[in-house]
Formats: sequence, C-alpha cells, structure tokens
Amino acid sequence: MSTLTKTGWDVVIGLEVHAQLLTRSKMFCGCPTAFGARPNSQTCPVCQGMPGVLPVVNRRAIEFGIKTALAFTCRINPACRFARKHYYYPDMPKNFQISQYEEPLAEDGALEIDVDGASRAIGIQRLHLEEDVGKLLHEGTLETAQASLVDYNRSGVPLMETVSRPDLRSPEEAAAYLRAFRAVLVYLGVCDGNMEEGSLRCDANVSLRPRGATELGTKVEIKNMNSFRNVKLALEFEVKRQRQALAAGERIVQETRLWDADRGYTRAMRSKEYAHDYRYFPEPDLVPLEIERAWVDAIRAALPELPRQRRERFVRQYGLPPYDAGVLTQSRALAEYYEAAVREFRQPKIVSNWIMSELLRELPGDDERAIERAPVPPANLAGLLRLIEDGTISGKIAKDVFQKMVGSGEDARTIVAREGLTQVADEGALAAVIDQVLAQNPKAVEDYKGGKTAAKGALVGQVMKATRGKANPAIVNRLLEEKLSKI
Amino acid sequence: MITRQDVEHVARLARLELGDAEIERMREQLNAILGYIDKLRELDVTNVEPTSHAVPLVNVMREDEVVPCLSQDQMLANAPDRVGELFRVPRIIED
Repeated sequence: MSTLTKTGWDVVIGLEVHAQLLTRSKMFCGCPTAFGARPNSQTCPVCQGMPGVLPVVNRRAIEFGIKTALAFTCRINPACRFARKHYYYPDMPKNFQISQYEEPLAEDGALEIDVDGASRAIGIQRLHLEEDVGKLLHEGTLETAQASLVDYNRSGVPLMETVSRPDLRSPEEAAAYLRAFRAVLVYLGVCDGNMEEGSLRCDANVSLRPRGATELGTKVEIKNMNSFRNVKLALEFEVKRQRQALAAGERIVQETRLWDADRGYTRAMRSKEYAHDYRYFPEPDLVPLEIERAWVDAIRAALPELPRQRRERFVRQYGLPPYDAGVLTQSRALAEYYEAAVREFRQPKIVSNWIMSELLRELPGDDERAIERAPVPPANLAGLLRLIEDGTISGKIAKDVFQKMVGSGEDARTIVAREGLTQVADEGALAAVIDQVLAQNPKAVEDYKGGKTAAKGALVGQVMKATRGKANPAIVNRLLEEKLSKI
Repeated sequence: MITRQDVEHVARLARLELGDAEIERMREQLNAILGYIDKLRELDVTNVEPTSHAVPLVNVMREDEVVPCLSQDQMLANAPDRVGELFRVPRIIED
C-alpha cells in the first residue's frame, strides 16, 4: 500500500455520449421532434408504445449515424440490426427501448483531442442508434415522490449513442473529448449540441488503477452531468472520492452514481433505479439493415470540413497562430463569422484579435445560436475595423464604439457620426491643442528637456484628454516631437 | 432445467405476480418448451444462415417526414391517471 500511495493512481475514464439527431420526425414514426411543445402533444401510438403498432426506421437518422461514424473514422457495419432492451420504467410505456446491441451501426473509430498543446487519439468503441424515452417530472425528489408525471414528446426522438474506449486519463481530457465531440456533431449538422436542453447528454465510467498497471480497476458509472462544467466537476469529485477510498484501504463498489450539481457531489443511485438484466433480443418488428457501399460513399463525399481540418486551414490560409485558429473554429458559427468578417476586412490577424478580445467577451463562442444572432454581425465588425484603418477613429475609441454596437445593433459609422467620435487628424487643430498643453505643463517640458523621455507620455496623455481621446495618436506624437525639439 | 427460482426471477423481471400453483405450472411449461428446443438442436443447420426474421426483407425505411400526431386529448384518454397535460404514474422507487 505504501508504494501505491507514493506512486499514486492512474485515472481511467470512458464516456458514453447520447446525442439527439436533428431529424424532423421521430426515429420510428412521423411525429415531430421539435423541442418545447406542449406536453404529450407530439405523440402517437407508435412512440407511446401501444400494442400492435409497427415502427419504421427513419432513413435520415441512419444517414446521420453514418455521417457521424465516418467523421470518427469508424467502420460502418455492412449489416446492422435493432434490438429490444427491456426494463421497466415509466419513461417508456412499452417496457423496452428499441436500441442496437450485437450489430451496431458502426465500430472502431477515434476522435483526436488536444490537451496542453499535445494531440491524442481517443478510441471510439461503437456508435449505435436508438430511440429516446419520455421525460419524468417527480412530485418532489425521486426518493420522496409519491407519484411522477410523464411527458412522452421526447419518446422516440432519434438518439445516437457513442461509446469511447477507456482512453481518457483525466477530467480535463474528458472535457476536451466532449468539446471536440460536440464540435464535430455541430459541424456535421446532425445535432444542435445543446447540453442544457438535453440534446447532448453524457455518462462516464470512472476507475482508478495503480500507476502503470494495465488491468482496469472497478468502475463506477456517473450520470446526470448536464454541462461541460458539470462533467469536469463531477469527474474531479469522483476521482478524488475513489482516491481517498483506495488510500484508506477500501474497495470500490461497482455502481451507478448521480451527480448532484447543486450540492457538488456524486451519490449512489438506489438499486431500484436501474437494472442490468436487459434481456436483449432482435427487434422482430424491424427487419435488418444492409448498409449499401454506394450510400456510404455518397455520404462520405458530401462530408463538410470538420473542426480539425478547418483549424489547420485557418493556420495555413490566414497565417493565424494555432491558438487563434482553435478558438475561432470551436463552433461552426464562429468559424463562419470569422471568415465572413475577413472577406470584408482582409487583415486576418486583426479580425481574429477583435473577435477573441471583444466579441467573445460578449458571447459564448461555442453557442451556435448566440453567434449566428450576434448583435454585431461580421459586416459591422469589418466596418468598424475599416474606420480604424482609415484613421477615422482610434483603436481605443473603437472599443467603446464596439460596446455601443453590441447594445444597439447599429453599425459603427452611424454611432461615430452621431456621437462625434471622429478622430482629430487636422494638424492645424492638433498643433493648437499641443501648444496649449505645452504652455500649461512647463514642468513636464523641463523634465523632458532634462532627459526624462517618459515625460513625453504625460504630455501625449494631456493632448488626448483635451481632445476626449479623439486625437490621432500618430500625428500627436510627431507634432509633439517636432515642437519639443524646437524648445 | 428451469427451476422454481428461475421462474420467480423471470416473473419479477416481467412484473408478474404468480401464485404457487402458477409457478409450478410455468416451470413445467417452460421446461417443455426448452425440451422442444433440444429436439430442434438435433437438426443439421450447418449450411443455414442464422436469421432473426422470418421474412426475407431488408432496408425497410421511411423518409424523414412529419405526419400528424394524434391529439393530446386522444393520447391522454387511456391514462388511468393524469394531471393536466401529463400522465401521472405511481411512486417509482420502492422501499
């Protein structure tokens, strides 16, 4: 034991991600999938699991599955089948979920992630399709509720489950995997990636083993982590909990634990909350799928540029540092925002700086919808940068203008004109201000002549103050130097 | 051989409450069914493809098109209990 505490433990994490696919209709029936409808207004006998109904596979869901599998370089199984997974829980009235078991849609892929500047391929074990289940609202908490309420709108929405290999070595890597995973799905347009609304959900298997050991330790499954932040916090908590238990000589119990985000800990689920005797068997109502080569080839040919490829292109095409390229390609919307702005203002690094420091101060870069609806559209950002370039406003004023653009949605020119922010580049006017400043600051002038060059900065500051920041700094500097040299 | 315990286990998974006599009858019937499977095992199936379906069909799919649902009232009509627009189900966690 003492050698173990000295050498420590390796963390082993595998993630299971469930993604709702952006199809119009459900997996096995024609009910709509739109989020936020009145409870139980988007159901039919098929998705409510009435006896005697016939489910039929949604072709687009299969296409989205193949598309994603190709992006993760998985092998598409030429034959796949659906299976019934049995369990009793009121989120699914027919008491089984149509899923895939022995012959999933795809297997054996990888997703590259970047942690601390190094990139690593994380194995993907399998990718399969299934149907989502209804949503439960408990009267009180699950433990104390005397009854629960059910909305079956979500029941039957196509769900894609992707299981990683236990290749992740820290909560940070798990978060990086999830981010990269989400970005690929969003780029592909197969999922909106919204964790808060539950279109992307993540469970984790966590275990510890003595450093350097090859055998896996006893794993614990963590559920209910509904944001990137919570995934990281929950895994950090669980790793610490297991480390302390092992250090105290305890054994880890294989179990499912729920992350409680409000209280910041994981707790064991009561055994009745889950069952592992699923009794899978082939779904008799759905005939097997034979995925044709030509279909796969056509989907492959139409794959869009993926986040990693786009990031590499940004470095190559725009000469951006890899860090900038990574930030700008975190979502498809942000990458598109950037490229639209660069098309109108052809100085890639300046555009990148403004997006990273100003736009992303206002909006989350991984939120597609927020970026698409940015109050400052790319053309307006380009317009602002042109005003700096042609000397109409200074960079400092431009930052204030940007803030105002965010607030009002107006373009830069309108705001600059209305508020009289145009930079003073009139040399005659500036010379008069400088003369006045020199006359009022004899001490600074004396210091400067005495060799204290820093005193010039103070004088520039006075000129800027007198012009309310609107003086063109280059002209002020030149005129000031000329005048000081003559004194 | 299917034992009494096997029957009880399967009954629990299926949420069935069986009396003593029923358990015994199920045990006998399940054993008879499994016995018949043993009989089937005597067949030579070396050249027969395993199959999960009796019909020679593959790739039955539909286009991703929305069709009208049943109305909320229709879908809730069979609910033994409801609260407004939601189904109400009994306590999930048993003590």
